Amino acid sequence: MADLPPYPPIDPTTFDLIIVGTGLSQSILGAAAASAGKSVLHLDPNPFYGSHSSSIPPTGFSSFLCPPELSTGDRLLTHRSVYSDVDIVPEACPEDSRKFILDVSGPRVLFCADKAIEIILRSGVNQYLEFKAIDELLIWDEGKLESVPDTRSKIFKDKKMRLQEKNLLMTFFKLVQQHAQEEKKISNDDLQRPFVDFLTESRLPERIKKIILYAIAMVDYDQDEKKFCKHILSTKDGIERLVLYNSSVSRFSNAPGAMIYPIYGQGELPQAFCRRAAVKGCIHVLRMPIIDLHVDESGQYRGVKLASDQDIYSDRLVLDPSYKIPSDMKKSNPRDSLSDHPENPNLTDSYTKVARAVCITGTSLRPDVSNVLVIFPPQSLFPQQATAVRALQIGGNMAICPPGMFVLYLSALCSEAVQGKESLQEAINALVNLGSDNTETSGSISDSTSDAKNAGARPVIWKAFYVQELVEGHYDAICSAPTPDGRLDYDNVILATIQLFENLYPEEKFFPETPAEDSDEDADANVNLEPES
Amino acid sequence: MHGRPRKPEKPENAAASAAKAEKLRLLQSQFLSNHHNRIYTKEALEANAKLLEINPEYYTAWNYRKLAVQHYVAEAGSDPQAIKSVYDEELRVVEAALRQNFKSYGAWHHRKWVLSMGHSSLDQELRLLDKLQQLDSRNFHAWNYRRFLAELLNRSVEDELMHTEDMIGINFSNYSAWHNRSMLLCKQLKENDTGLTSKDVLSNEYELVQNAIFTDPDDQSGWFYHLWLIDQTMKAKPPILTSSWPSNGSELIISRKQCQGKCPLYEYRGLNIDLKEFPVVLYFNQAVSGVRSSTVTVKSFNVTWKPLSPSNSLASEIWVAYLNLAGEECHFEGPITVEFCIGQSQGILSSSGSPYGKPLRVAFTVTKEPIRVQDVEGHNPEMVSWEDPNFCADEVDSGVLNSDVSFIKERKENKESTISEWQKDTISKEIAGFRDLLSIKDYKIGKLTLARLLMADDALSFPYGNRSVHSAEVLELLKDLTKSDPTHSRYYEEHISLVLLQQLTSSEEMLRRHLFYFKGANTSSFHKPLCLRLNNLSLSRLGLFNKLLGVQMLDLSNNELQSIEGLEAMQLLSCLNLSKNKLGSFTALEPLRHLKSLKVLNISDNEIGSHSIDTRRYLFSSPLSHNEAVVWDPDVVPSDAASPTNYWEAFMLFKSLKLTQLDTIGNAVDDGRFRSFLVKIMPSLLFLDGQKLV
Repeated sequence: MADLPPYPPIDPTTFDLIIVGTGLSQSILGAAAASAGKSVLHLDPNPFYGSHSSSIPPTGFSSFLCPPELSTGDRLLTHRSVYSDVDIVPEACPEDSRKFILDVSGPRVLFCADKAIEIILRSGVNQYLEFKAIDELLIWDEGKLESVPDTRSKIFKDKKMRLQEKNLLMTFFKLVQQHAQEEKKISNDDLQRPFVDFLTESRLPERIKKIILYAIAMVDYDQDEKKFCKHILSTKDGIERLVLYNSSVSRFSNAPGAMIYPIYGQGELPQAFCRRAAVKGCIHVLRMPIIDLHVDESGQYRGVKLASDQDIYSDRLVLDPSYKIPSDMKKSNPRDSLSDHPENPNLTDSYTKVARAVCITGTSLRPDVSNVLVIFPPQSLFPQQATAVRALQIGGNMAICPPGMFVLYLSALCSEAVQGKESLQEAINALVNLGSDNTETSGSISDSTSDAKNAGARPVIWKAFYVQELVEGHYDAICSAPTPDGRLDYDNVILATIQLFENLYPEEKFFPETPAEDSDEDADANVNLEPES
Repeated sequence: MHGRPRKPEKPENAAASAAKAEKLRLLQSQFLSNHHNRIYTKEALEANAKLLEINPEYYTAWNYRKLAVQHYVAEAGSDPQAIKSVYDEELRVVEAALRQNFKSYGAWHHRKWVLSMGHSSLDQELRLLDKLQQLDSRNFHAWNYRRFLAELLNRSVEDELMHTEDMIGINFSNYSAWHNRSMLLCKQLKENDTGLTSKDVLSNEYELVQNAIFTDPDDQSGWFYHLWLIDQTMKAKPPILTSSWPSNGSELIISRKQCQGKCPLYEYRGLNIDLKEFPVVLYFNQAVSGVRSSTVTVKSFNVTWKPLSPSNSLASEIWVAYLNLAGEECHFEGPITVEFCIGQSQGILSSSGSPYGKPLRVAFTVTKEPIRVQDVEGHNPEMVSWEDPNFCADEVDSGVLNSDVSFIKERKENKESTISEWQKDTISKEIAGFRDLLSIKDYKIGKLTLARLLMADDALSFPYGNRSVHSAEVLELLKDLTKSDPTHSRYYEEHISLVLLQQLTSSEEMLRRHLFYFKGANTSSFHKPLCLRLNNLSLSRLGLFNKLLGVQMLDLSNNELQSIEGLEAMQLLSCLNLSKNKLGSFTALEPLRHLKSLKVLNISDNEIGSHSIDTRRYLFSSPLSHNEAVVWDPDVVPSDAASPTNYWEAFMLFKSLKLTQLDTIGNAVDDGRFRSFLVKIMPSLLFLDGQKLV
């Protein structure tokens, strides 16, 4: 930090809102606040946008995941290490590593009808973004990758299901649709019950139940393990997820499936919102850490001290989750103490981490498509696998890597790093050895890279493994944005951001509809999905 | 493209559309004057192109372009480049028109015309088609055009099948894609050089369509295709003769009636037989064409086979010929043997083109009995009364059954391999499949399909059909459907009728319950006539005539009949009771015109004349049809008749019959004037509405 180029002083020195860190949540918040007419200063200690939602080249991975320890002395501000158990093999980066842009918070996609798309359209951010479709959704089933029968035509084409099963599944999908369109409601009693029981009563066979729960509703936890009721998806939520999935399919003409991915990586999203914020007058300063907080005699927050030694004052402050909020800060308003506090007893179920892995490979999981999502339901890899593992392969046509190369993102929720690592390792082994004779191989990361010489195995050229803490948003005198969560979509991040915004500016609207800019009719068309070439 | 509501016209658009109409009118009048003066300048063509872009349905405008093209091509002489550019310009104009409205017949037709000239490259066509089909994958113009292109490009049937499979994969509700598939498969079946059997062509289709049906049984496309498949599978068997009258080996005994004059009268079991017109009826398992004296040869007789089909088509299930036995009169002491051979020479074909299956020889004898009939009352025949006491259920012996009813016992020797194992397997697999589907949920169409399959299975198991293993189950399915789907109850009831008839003709024992001897007050003949009584059965449709060819007296009263289609097969019928049915008009009685022996007819208590509009009328002969033997005489109709159609319909029907007894009471047409009309047109009539005519 010593060799920071000198910055001109920031002018003015007083803002309505200072945001630290350009993660997606903060970036959306910045854009929303700027749109609401607030003066916003958006800072980021990194030289790039995105913070924990960024996309960076492999060369930057190590330094981002393991930042140098900063001694903050007796200052109010302390750091929290978000990442642990970082393991990058090989340490040397692949050739052309500048041509790779890797998501830090992968795997992640957008569902075409989800909240993120709605916010993107409503805020007008879609003009800065381009998307492409995820080509295929697969599920790991008894040592094989099987296509997920998620739509009517996929059920029709499915080779594995028996005819009767096809009928039952389609009947179930129709039931969900009828419920969504209010033609025929599912009873309230049913809606309160576990979704897994509802599926059983719909006479769906085990295999189909797994597909619906883990590959369409994208549930993380084992639904047969009913110890923690927080982990059990209710029928209401399950149906909602299915409805969302269904309305996502073919929403945009160029995306036949339900999911899309931003070209140039997920890091594009925070950048796009920051651009939006800038248009509305928000000031962004990168490479600018804050080193201290200003607090008045009564313990109220007043402002921050920048690394450039300048003091900036604001009414409100939103911090990056990598800062710890001083615990002795006086609460400005007791009402704001929300249940989403990290120390909340709700989280005692101990799944507070998400294990992530990024692999670079030279062959696709599927011969003819490059963008593929694979779901490993709980217990599908090994009996102790407690949570679902998701693996997303993105290819060169998303412009995140050279053509012919592929990036594989994996994640799994875990309570212990070892447990998460094991799940991801098994999943990687399964995918690497897919189609090779030697399917029984299980070994460490280095093993499988050397095993890569085996006929049929996919060589993993580079692999980063790390465990990320799950920190939720915090709303108080000083707010803190959440870290990326363990989900596949941005729904929870968006919800937390909206909550944060409403907490900061209860009287303002979060991205009010602006019918003048994009009329209702072609709002959908504005999601610029590139045609498949 | 489908199911989108039309938006109401906004008032601000009215001005715009008025301006558009004005522009269109201008272009139109400009174009017509150009057309009239044969002006084919570049400007004129451009104006025409603009017009077509706005209104591609303007045929005259397209035809003008064709003339212009001919003009320019003649001008271009032999310069192939110039000719090509003329045609390319046409393709461009058509494309612009199709963008405007790609359901325009005119535009598609013009494009076909241009391409058939053979000067244009075809490379772009499929791509253009794909683009258009992305907008509406079911557009039948596009599919039609695709078939045209496939032919022109010589694309293989396999490639095209693959394409339809892809389209069905995208959305299996694409009925046009299924339809194209059926067209392609038919082509494969008809092309004999491929050597593909029905089994090769159709087997995999079942898997495909079952996936569609099971995934979404509420979608029609799959069911349509399935019905077509079953039909193709059943049709795969070659046509065969299922029955005949007289049947093989029957010995007919006819008696000479005592009579005055030179003309000898003969009687067969109470039925007067004109020896010059001795009927022979052939009944095939499906409609066939090509029955001629060369394909069905009758030893030492000259015959003309005629199809008995109401629609005057050249294909029919029933064929009839009249032998002239009178020529044999002089040496008619011993039995005459009539022998005919079917299918020994090629020519009899089914509608799908398969040739007649198994050559067959049928022989019967006709023996003249010594004169035993004392035709005392010959000049005073008695009125036939259909009262119950006039019928007695005496034991009917098998021989009589065979010759009188043409009831053929299962002929073991015929139960051979014409029905392939594949057909049986397929049908039973389908039955199992649909039982599975119905075990999940009661789908109405699923029940109907199962019923159809079970009937098909019965038909396959016993081609000469004397047993009906599944009929109880079929009846139950159909009765369920009548209840759960009352809208289509009439359709189900017709099926129920057929199954009932199937049941009661399934064995001698069953049939005997409906056979009675008629002992009218003064039955004169030696043989008491045998009557088949199918009254009070709620029948709404008739069928199974192949088993009843020889019936002479038939009681169908107290049923639900609206039509008597198929009855023309009963060539020996002389007494028919149709009272208390739902017959709506004389057109419904059309099949009777083919029954030359019919003498006694009861149509009382029907609804004849009460329906002013009969949708089947177009099938019926009218005074306007020129091929009718009956010459319409307008003078017979009272000039102030309320409903003259009833008069001419009745005229066309009864003029060709020689009825002696007719009952019409209880119909809407029944009035004094109409009765006198009937008497006038039927001089042979002795009894009308229960009254002896003086």
